[in-house]
Amino acid sequence: MADIITLKEAIAELVEDGQVVALEGFTHLIPHAAGHELVRQGRRGLTLVRMTPDVIYDQLIGLGCARKLIFSWGGNPGVGSLHRLRDAVEHGWPVPLELEEHSHAGMATAYAAGAANLPFGVLRGYRGTDLEARTRVASIECPFTGELLSAVPSLRPDVGIVHAQQADEQGNVQLWGITGVQKEVVLGARRSLVTVEEIVPELEPRPGAIVLPGWAITAVALAPGGAHPSYAHGYYDRDNAFYVEWDRISRDRDVFSAWMKRHVLDTADVGEYRRSLVGAGAAA
Amino acid sequence: MTGYEAGEMMAVAAARRLRDGMACFVGIGSPSRAANLARATHAPRCVLIYESGTIGAKPKHLPLSIGDGELAETADAVVSVPEIFAYWLQGGRIDVGFLGAAQIDRFGNLNSTVIGDYDRPKVRLPGGGGAPEIAASCKETFVMLRQSPRTFVPKLDFRSTVGFGDGPGARERLGFTGAGVTAVISDLGVLEPDPESCELTLTSVHPGVTVDEARSATGWELRVADALATGEPPSEGELAALRALKTVSEENG
Repeated sequence: MADIITLKEAIAELVEDGQVVALEGFTHLIPHAAGHELVRQGRRGLTLVRMTPDVIYDQLIGLGCARKLIFSWGGNPGVGSLHRLRDAVEHGWPVPLELEEHSHAGMATAYAAGAANLPFGVLRGYRGTDLEARTRVASIECPFTGELLSAVPSLRPDVGIVHAQQADEQGNVQLWGITGVQKEVVLGARRSLVTVEEIVPELEPRPGAIVLPGWAITAVALAPGGAHPSYAHGYYDRDNAFYVEWDRISRDRDVFSAWMKRHVLDTADVGEYRRSLVGAGAAA
Repeated sequence: MTGYEAGEMMAVAAARRLRDGMACFVGIGSPSRAANLARATHAPRCVLIYESGTIGAKPKHLPLSIGDGELAETADAVVSVPEIFAYWLQGGRIDVGFLGAAQIDRFGNLNSTVIGDYDRPKVRLPGGGGAPEIAASCKETFVMLRQSPRTFVPKLDFRSTVGFGDGPGARERLGFTGAGVTAVISDLGVLEPDPESCELTLTSVHPGVTVDEARSATGWELRVADALATGEPPSEGELAALRALKTVSEENG
C-alpha cells in the first residue's frame, strides 16, 4: 500500500542526487509541484527523463539540477523554444547537459517495455534518420519474418513521478482525461510518487480513467493545484497565458533566476507558489 | 474577392487537400489550423487525431498545445500515448499525417532537430517528436512550410524525418508502409513528388505567384511541372471560416 506522506517527505525519501528520474504527464497532469520540490531540496546531477520536457524541465535544467536529458520533443507547445534547455545545450549554462534523444514512438515503446519488465521494445522507426546514429537504438531482425525493425532499450527510471486527480485513503489513484504514459512510468520505475489534487474517501469510477492500485505505488502526496501551469481535467484548465509568458521569463538568464527565486525557491509549497503568482499578476 | 495574406492562402490550400472522412494525424501549429479549417468547411467528418491520444477531436477553439483539455472533451476516444503510436499509427489506420518542419530537401526529408552541427548547434530546435513515425506509417503525408532558401535547402542540417530518403526505392528498403510525402504546401504554391524520381516538383502556384519567385525561394534547382496549375484564391466562405478559428486566449483577448 502506498504511503500517504507530504510532498516534502516524499522527495526527501525517494529522490537522491545522480538518479534517473522521470516526471511524466503528456501536456495534461504535469507534476510541477513535485518538480518545484526537487528544486527546493537542491537535487543535482539528475538524469531527467520525459517525452516532452516542457516548462517543468526548463526550470530544472535552468537551475542546474540535471546532467543528462532523455527526451523526444523539447519545446514550449504552441509557443516555441524552451530557452533554458537551449541555453544549456548551446552554451552549457548553467551546467552542460548531455542529450539522449528519441522519437515519441520510440520513448513510448521504451516506457511500455519498462513496465513489462523487458530489456527492450520493438517498433518500426528511426531507420533512415540521422537520429539512428546519435542515440541508443539498434536494428533487430524479426525471427519469424526477417523484417528489420528497431529496438529501443526499456526505460526503468529510479523514480517515476506523475500527478493525478484523486487518491483514496488507501493510496489507490485514479486519473482521467489525457492519460499519456503515466501508467507505464509508474509501473516501470523502481519507486514511484503520485501527487494528487485531492484525497477522497472512495474513488468514483470515471469513463476512460486509469486506476493504479495503491500497492503498485511507493508514495502518494497531496498537492492541490500541483499541475499548474499544466492542467487537471475536471479541476482547472491549462494556463495557456502562462506558457506564452514563460517565453519572456525564460529568455533571459537573470529574469529567469529572479522568477525562480521569487516563486519557487522562496515559497514553501504549492499553495505559496500559487499565491505568489496571484499577488504578482499571472506571471510577473 | 477581399484581400488575404500569403499565410491564409497556404492554410486554405492545405485544408483543401484533406478529403471528408479522412483520418488525419495532426501536428500542432499551422497543420492543426489547416485541419480544423477543413473540418469547418468541406470536410466535417474528417477525423482529427492528436499525438496526446485524442481520436476524433472536434475542438471549437484552435488548441495551443496538442494536449489541450478541449481535445479530450470532444474526442470520440482518448487512448494512452503508447497506444496511439503503436495500435493506431503503426497499426496502419491513419490516412494522412500533417506536419511542419524547419527545413525540407528535394526528396521531402525534414529537419526539426537542429540548425548547425548536432553537437555544437547554432539553434537547438525541439526535435522530431511524433514526426518520424507519422511520416513512416501514415498512408500519405502533407507538409506545410513557408518557402525560402533557408527552409527549402539542398542539404538538411539533420534528417529528423524521412520523406523519400535518397530517392526511388529508399522507403521500400527502410520497410516504411506509407506512400511518403505526397504534397508540400508552401506560401507560394504546392510541390508534389515526381512519380519516377521522387523529387519534389512545383505543380501549382498560388494566385499572383510567378515561377521565378518560387525558384528563387528554393535552395535547389526547382523542377516545374509541364502542366503547372494556378490555385484558386480563397473563397469568402473559406476566409471567414479561417478567420473565425481562434485559440481560447485569442478569443478572450
